[in-house]
Amino acid sequence: MSGGLFDDLRDLYQEVILDHGRKPRNFKRLDDADRTARGDNPMCGDRMELFVKLAPEGHIEDAAFQGRGCAISMASASLMTDTVKGKTQAQARQMGENFRALAMTGICPDCGGEIAEDMERLAPLSGVHDFPSRVKCATLAWHTLNAALDGGAKEASSE
Amino acid sequence: MDGHVAPTLNLDAIRADFPILSEKVRGKTFTFLDSGASAQKPRQVIGAMVRMMETAYANVHRGAYHMSEQATEAYEAARAAVARFLNAGDVREIIFTGSSTNAINLVAHSYGRGVMQPSQAVVISEMEHHANIVPWQMARDAHGIELRVCRITDAGELDLDDLAAKLADGKVGLVAVTHMSNVLGTVTPAAQIARMAHEAGAKVLFDGSQAAVHRRVDVREIDADFYVFTGHKLYGPTGIGVLYAKGALQEAMPPFLGGGDMIAEVSFERSVWAPYPAKFEAGTPPIIEAIGLHAAIDYVESIGMAAIEAHERALVDRAMARLPQIEGVTLLGRAQDRGGVFAFALDTAHAHDVATLLDRAGIAVRSGRHCAEPLHERFGVESTCRASFGLYTTPAEVDLLADALHQAREFFR
Repeated sequence: MSGGLFDDLRDLYQEVILDHGRKPRNFKRLDDADRTARGDNPMCGDRMELFVKLAPEGHIEDAAFQGRGCAISMASASLMTDTVKGKTQAQARQMGENFRALAMTGICPDCGGEIAEDMERLAPLSGVHDFPSRVKCATLAWHTLNAALDGGAKEASSE
Repeated sequence: MDGHVAPTLNLDAIRADFPILSEKVRGKTFTFLDSGASAQKPRQVIGAMVRMMETAYANVHRGAYHMSEQATEAYEAARAAVARFLNAGDVREIIFTGSSTNAINLVAHSYGRGVMQPSQAVVISEMEHHANIVPWQMARDAHGIELRVCRITDAGELDLDDLAAKLADGKVGLVAVTHMSNVLGTVTPAAQIARMAHEAGAKVLFDGSQAAVHRRVDVREIDADFYVFTGHKLYGPTGIGVLYAKGALQEAMPPFLGGGDMIAEVSFERSVWAPYPAKFEAGTPPIIEAIGLHAAIDYVESIGMAAIEAHERALVDRAMARLPQIEGVTLLGRAQDRGGVFAFALDTAHAHDVATLLDRAGIAVRSGRHCAEPLHERFGVESTCRASFGLYTTPAEVDLLADALHQAREFFR
């Protein structure tokens, strides 16, 4: 890596984020989705559509997304769709709450318990808390997930 | 300049006038390349505003006492300075507003809804700032006028053939276009546009928010009916904008906002408007800001608009030599006549990621859509970074940007 000028940005752009940003996981349309929502950061041009498939018992069976945006927003959506699979809706919402705390403050006092391992996977995004203008890039996917779980084809925004 | 040696400016002395330029950003020298969003302020402007508040402040046009008379005199002197700056024929043709956006909204209300007929049309262009799109959509929705959008070419220049076509049926009441694009840097041929509009029986408004900073503007030479610019991009304060409007048009236009200072007499039955431009300046105006704008005009005129223009041309040449050479960089727009505003995309990274990286190098650029969403759609890009130059920008800063962009591309590769 010849980007010596930017070495101190490795806290924000960790390899896992660059990787998920370049090759987002679950980047597809789910034709049999039960819930969808659009997320939009109008000021930035980050835009995504989220698809959630619910199991008969109500938990999240599958999640996927499509869209365009910065490395942070794409990586966050990629990691989120990976980690919420198999979770109950309540667990997914709780993870979203915890993630917002993590993104805004860099720490997450409530990230232990049964979701500790999943929150650990999201931890590489905690570096955004040093970049106030970028927090909304990281949280867009989670706002969109809430909108999808709320049941409408509502437009979510983390502005 | 026609064979003459271009006037030069003393960059070191100019940079010393702007205290903020010696601030450090994350331990690095502050490289400010976002003057197109809002320019920094020289000590001369800051000092004039402080002096006004410390020695000569009171409300204007109201008090029969010394301080108010002094303040009124200073406020009206600012109006005269703006009139000279634009080469207006009559000082009354200058209306102070809160911003360029306010000024365009004033025209959209008082002229668009107040004078134009619902059967008429307004022509804007694909490269307008939202401030010159949304007020016309609102006038269309409220008043029924038609909104036409003149195309631009792939090079980012106004498509004059399309403008002629849009004007052909004689229904256009107003052409409202930018004098310099805030994204592409394109300078539009104002005199020619005005001639075309006038021949078709339309009036013309220029959004000079960017242009007035970079070029000498002569509203009589280009024969503008309305010309708009803002203080804060011209090294002056926020909170003040300017609307130049020909007297006959102001005469015909109803007021925009009602309130104090814009009336000749008021009873509960009726009010009589004050003569223009007071008719359009309801309420206490931005007095301190007007004094700041006056100081900003004095400042740029002391350097000379010709010298500023020549300096900027050198920066544009430098940027055009460097930026397109960087692998993976795409510039938006290649207009022949352009100013120091460059929007670009990087193939390996989104604009926000690039801006965050540049910030680490102390370089401030804007990222996103720069209040010109339809223009980004026109070029099929989601978002761009924008570097915009001011009179304090150095060639070395352009090089620094180019070097940092090269490294940013490697970082995200």
